[in-house]
Amino acid sequence: MTATAGEYVGAAAPVTTGMPLAQVAAFALMTAVLVAAPFFAYPVFLMKALCFALFACAFNLLIGYVGLLSFGHAVFLGTAGYAAAHSAKMWGFRPELAILFGTVVAASLGVVIGALAIRSKGIYFANITLALAQMVYFFCLQAAFTGGEDGIQSVPRGFFLGFLDLKDTLTLYFVVLAVFLAGFLLIYRAIHSPFGQVLKAIRENEARAISLGYRAERYKLLAFVLSATFAGLAGATKALVFQLASLTDVHWTMSGEVVLMVLLGGLGTVFGPVVGAFIVVALENYLAHLGAWVTVVQGAIFVVCVLTFRRGVVGELGKLLGKSL
Amino acid sequence: MIFGVPTQALFGQLLIGLINGAFYALLSLGLSVIFGLLNIINFTHGAQYMMGAFGAYFLLQWAGLGYWWALLIAPIVVGVTGIVLERTTLKRLYQLDHLYGLLLTFGFALIIQGLFRHQYGSSGLPYSMPGQLAGGQNLGFMFLPNYRAWVIVFSLAICLTTWYVIERTRLGSYLRAATENPTLVQAFGINVPRMITLTYGFGVGLAALAGVLAAPIYQVNPLMGADLIIVVFAVVVIGGLGSIMGSIVTGFGLGVVEGFTKVFYPEASNTVIFVIMAVVLLVRPAGLFGRAS
Repeated sequence: MTATAGEYVGAAAPVTTGMPLAQVAAFALMTAVLVAAPFFAYPVFLMKALCFALFACAFNLLIGYVGLLSFGHAVFLGTAGYAAAHSAKMWGFRPELAILFGTVVAASLGVVIGALAIRSKGIYFANITLALAQMVYFFCLQAAFTGGEDGIQSVPRGFFLGFLDLKDTLTLYFVVLAVFLAGFLLIYRAIHSPFGQVLKAIRENEARAISLGYRAERYKLLAFVLSATFAGLAGATKALVFQLASLTDVHWTMSGEVVLMVLLGGLGTVFGPVVGAFIVVALENYLAHLGAWVTVVQGAIFVVCVLTFRRGVVGELGKLLGKSL
Repeated sequence: MIFGVPTQALFGQLLIGLINGAFYALLSLGLSVIFGLLNIINFTHGAQYMMGAFGAYFLLQWAGLGYWWALLIAPIVVGVTGIVLERTTLKRLYQLDHLYGLLLTFGFALIIQGLFRHQYGSSGLPYSMPGQLAGGQNLGFMFLPNYRAWVIVFSLAICLTTWYVIERTRLGSYLRAATENPTLVQAFGINVPRMITLTYGFGVGLAALAGVLAAPIYQVNPLMGADLIIVVFAVVVIGGLGSIMGSIVTGFGLGVVEGFTKVFYPEASNTVIFVIMAVVLLVRPAGLFGRAS
């Protein structure tokens, strides 16, 4: 029952330096589609998908490149949302400061949870992150400033950088798109830096990486904190878009959803999380009226992906084209 | 009065703690047994616990079979569905990273809970306790309902029997050997794949048994196992994955700790187990009863 010769989670990740031509083309295509999209599709739906896409990319940084499955990542999304919403509504923070504040809170939480969880691996790691996340969930349920079941509602959007009026949907869309692209490129940079190569080395063979003199735990912790930070960026932005921070974003079902997005899109691929997030959000949009069936469909996707489709949409596409995407 | 708390309230919460502890112990025991041999965390466990409770409900509604029959039949039926699950799907994942097993069982949990929720909504269905166990005893310092006493005693008996079988019998020694080195055990002529299948079925059956026991106390609800299972995960981490006695002792112990927290500091009663988990992780990363790997 050993897995030594087997297939590892995220093993599809490419080992490359510099952005290969195929990825440059894919990135240009993605950007072009996203710039044109609000003129054809419902902008609020697109913004929701973009926030989740960034969230999924952050999650992928951890599972795809370090091989760590966190089952409590919603905590960073949700807590950052609460922090951003609270600071914007109660303290009158400008939107960019509120987003920054939310991100910093998520990063700090990432340091604490990461330090506790990073000492364990595999299933233990998933278990521990899930349990710690549940603890934070109960905290958010009971704390006064989160508004309990009601959440923080009617969060003011204000003026981004002081002059971009976010009440205008299209302006808001392009701000969200800019945040997403910045996050996406930063994550890409992190993955394809020497730091990212060390992460992959640790994923493939931790003992050997340690024997080569790398302090594996520090690298893993840094990756965890980075992932939490970008998840927080997504959550804070989402809170401003929907003018709402609620318990949904901290609950473990949300942690499950981000796993689904990344698994469906392709673990350890650059564009997979984005594709996966758009598919899952679209699916939820169309199936929303079916109630409990949404859960059933999500579960079925999990089962199908795990049993027959482990590379995910983008992973399979990349294999078809012979390129890593 | 003890520490400024009425004795009655204190013992009342102790009882509730023991009841919750009984469920923690049964569920974490099943998880531990499964993890020991299959090396997967069975995320479907909460859904299978729920299926046990629904099994009891269906048996009563459709076949007119009462609690005692349910206690026997529901775990077997749910255990068989577990065996089918293992044979058809889980089996294919043993050569892969164990995280895929976690994701697969998570997917099944979503499907099962979604289907039940679609059919029965999220409000609970009542299930009455057996007539023989109605009423209770007045112990002088508190009132002890018979059914709750039965749950504690019965689940303790099941836990200890499981411990005995695994740690003290020949069958158990095969099981423990297969946990250590399945290839070698297979070379000795023991059918390890079948043992794995039956172990999964047994663990699932334990979850369903806990579900039947829970049906008269909590209502029968499609989501009854969804949040409970996360607490049980924490219990398993605290006890140490794969440790049988560890699961039993930490299960009951944490139930009691949680009960007392409700008396002395109610705000923390939901989180106390997770806090304990964090502390245990700092001090003994392998869990209280686990061996460092």
